[in-house]
Amino acid sequence: MSTVAATHEEHHHHGPTGWRRWLFSTNHKDIGTLYLWFSFSMFLVGGFLAMIIRAELMEPGMQFVDPEFFNQLTTVPGLVMIFGAIMPGFVGLANWLVPMMVGAPDMALPRMNNWSFWILPFAFTLLLGTLVLSAFAPGHPEAPDFGWTAYAPLSSKYGPPSTDFFIFAIHMMGISSIMGAINVIVTIFNLRAPGMTLMKMPMFVWSWLVTAFLLIAVMPALAGAVTMVLFDRHFGTSFFDAAGGGDPVLYQHVFWFFGHPEVYIMILPGFGIISEIVPTFSRKPLFGYTSMVYAIVSIALISFIVWAHHMFAVGMPLAGTLFFMYSTMLISVPTGVKIFNWLATMWRGSLTFELPMKWALAFILLFTCGGLSGLMLAIVPADLQYHDTYFVVAHFHYVLVTGAAFSIIAAVYYWLPKWSGMMPSKVLGELHFWNSLISVNLLFFPMHFVGLAGMPRRYADYALQFADYNFWISIGAFWFGLSQLFFLALCLRCAMKKGEKAPARAWEGAKGLEWEVPSPAPHHTFQTPPVVE
Amino acid sequence: MSNSNNYYIPEYSPWPIVATVGLFATAFGGANYIQQATGKLVYFPGGHWGKYVFALGVIWLLVTITLWWRDTINESIGGLHHGRLNVSYRLGMGWFIFSEVMFFGAFFGSLFYTRWLVVPWLGGAGSNAMTHELLWPNFQAMWPLIRTPDGTVTQAMEAWGLPAINTAVLLTSSVTLTIAHHALLEGRRTRLALFQAITVVLGIAFLFLQATEYHHAYTHMGLTLHAGIYGSLFFVMTGFHGVHVTIGTIFLIITLSRVLRGHFSKENDFAWEAAAWYWHFVDIVWLFLFVSVYWL
Repeated sequence: MSTVAATHEEHHHHGPTGWRRWLFSTNHKDIGTLYLWFSFSMFLVGGFLAMIIRAELMEPGMQFVDPEFFNQLTTVPGLVMIFGAIMPGFVGLANWLVPMMVGAPDMALPRMNNWSFWILPFAFTLLLGTLVLSAFAPGHPEAPDFGWTAYAPLSSKYGPPSTDFFIFAIHMMGISSIMGAINVIVTIFNLRAPGMTLMKMPMFVWSWLVTAFLLIAVMPALAGAVTMVLFDRHFGTSFFDAAGGGDPVLYQHVFWFFGHPEVYIMILPGFGIISEIVPTFSRKPLFGYTSMVYAIVSIALISFIVWAHHMFAVGMPLAGTLFFMYSTMLISVPTGVKIFNWLATMWRGSLTFELPMKWALAFILLFTCGGLSGLMLAIVPADLQYHDTYFVVAHFHYVLVTGAAFSIIAAVYYWLPKWSGMMPSKVLGELHFWNSLISVNLLFFPMHFVGLAGMPRRYADYALQFADYNFWISIGAFWFGLSQLFFLALCLRCAMKKGEKAPARAWEGAKGLEWEVPSPAPHHTFQTPPVVE
Repeated sequence: MSNSNNYYIPEYSPWPIVATVGLFATAFGGANYIQQATGKLVYFPGGHWGKYVFALGVIWLLVTITLWWRDTINESIGGLHHGRLNVSYRLGMGWFIFSEVMFFGAFFGSLFYTRWLVVPWLGGAGSNAMTHELLWPNFQAMWPLIRTPDGTVTQAMEAWGLPAINTAVLLTSSVTLTIAHHALLEGRRTRLALFQAITVVLGIAFLFLQATEYHHAYTHMGLTLHAGIYGSLFFVMTGFHGVHVTIGTIFLIITLSRVLRGHFSKENDFAWEAAAWYWHFVDIVWLFLFVSVYWL
């Protein structure tokens, strides 16, 4: 199959060059690269802003920023990380990998693919512009300052003028996500190579198929929620105003109807990545492929009926809280199936611990930690105690940083040879991994303790008894942030073609169509579909 | 590379990024337009330029989409829209409509949550006796909510007047469009153009009647966006539906103009069918609106 792709490359590589190649692209690999670099830059921007939060919280009292700006820092960087770093990171991976994995020539709708990408930098200009102006232009109003969830009435009645820019930025991100998801889903349904039946697809493709469905289903709900905020702000409606017969809690319901599936949007592709990496370095096929597929599908379906577990403290009827508690706990069943399947894949395998495998193992261990604290949060009486404390912050950073972000990093280590033709530097990679692994736990693990001891989240200051832990949390944060510079250097080296050249099958045990084509992958692959036995 | 085995991939296209510039201007201009027009919470005070940026963005976007579609129409005429590409477009349109369904779903969910839970709770139902007693003791729970907790009074829109006529208009338009579709499949071009034109006229008639209803609500009934949650839901739900009818009508006008130029055949009718699917989707949303917003 590799020879087929190589001969085809010769006479098809005549697209535009220079800046036009990137701006006008219809090539899934170029667009994937754009997505991944955009994601990385947003990861660094959001991370830098988070460092300001940690600098402020390193000691009790107010040191660097005023409380108003602190509120903006708990809002905008959250949005940057979720909509700018994690989601585009996964879409970039889908762009690069899904067509190659299913033996398709490109994404199904290549122009729309480019549109999905280019909306993002413009949307983030709109959003980040408010924070830049708030920080540097005297007299300009605050950036959004109500937390990434934008709860009414903080966003509707009391939101600053920049809230409307936030709303339209969210609309643009939603348009981008929906178009990107439609592209992935159509590619998977329509452009699979002959013989690539649904139950033969790589797990990464399965996870993205389900993720794309979730995106199309719930991004419109977010659009609806922020649209109602816009109407309440400017057109006199009472959606979230009890005096007019509305209810602020309605916002939370609509938002979390989006927001809970959204957290699975940010983790399911990660599950797919781990399900690719673990078999490769265990030199065994994935244990329980079919149960993995059913587990992903059931996680996605159950995710539609658990949203109000984010709202146990708002005063729902008892029957409601019980329903959402049990449905939430139900999710740990399919998630447990996945974790145990990964462990069973490794059981008696010929394990080696190359860099992608190290990250995958860190994912399995630390994501499980985040999952178990999630199980604690699902229990209503316990949650009333944990609600809005640093325990919650610890929980969602374990699933989003050591879960989602670690899985993206693992994927980059695993597929960088295919993208760039270069093996990632072992020295930089080891430095990056061990520094990140130790620092991330120093950063997030003590948050469990301060949270259980009662330290509330989203505050610019705290009581003295939390000072020691917060000092070490901040040290961990700076350490973790600086460790990512190793990763930046490593990626730049590969992009500049420095180091050891990668063979077509960069990892000895790697299976899948993407390893059948040369490294770096030719500009066009599988223009004549391969045949899968 | 357009032989029958290969999937057509356009080499490159400037339209996506050009369209993004228009989208950005629409969003940025729109936010400023709304702020500067309502005069509340203005980020860039002392100007009225928002509307111009907004208008420029919308025009930019429309021109770009026209040029983009011109490319795809030329590809269609060039015979590229066959086989798998055709299926891709159809799947893409189907999933797009699904996302639209979910957008309306957010508002239908809000409607049912409000009328089944929020309003009764404000009236003291469940464990909310003290909420009612302490906040608005005179408030009576009812639906449609014609007297809000803070005392704003309005009237409910009667289902069996204009709305019922509008339902009939839209249902008829779905029938005429289906007749047009059969005509397309049978190659009866005059019949196709005639019934599609009737559908467009019915769509415009629906919009006209809806505007009349809004005018009546605002001038005679005190039913406005400011009239509490009933007015909010009524106008936002029927309003977004009206926006979709407008888009659907424009879509039908575009495919009608292509029908008159001899485009579309039994084998090559994706854009025509996409417009038709969109129209039926809008129609079905209206049925749900009629039952849950007007009637019950």
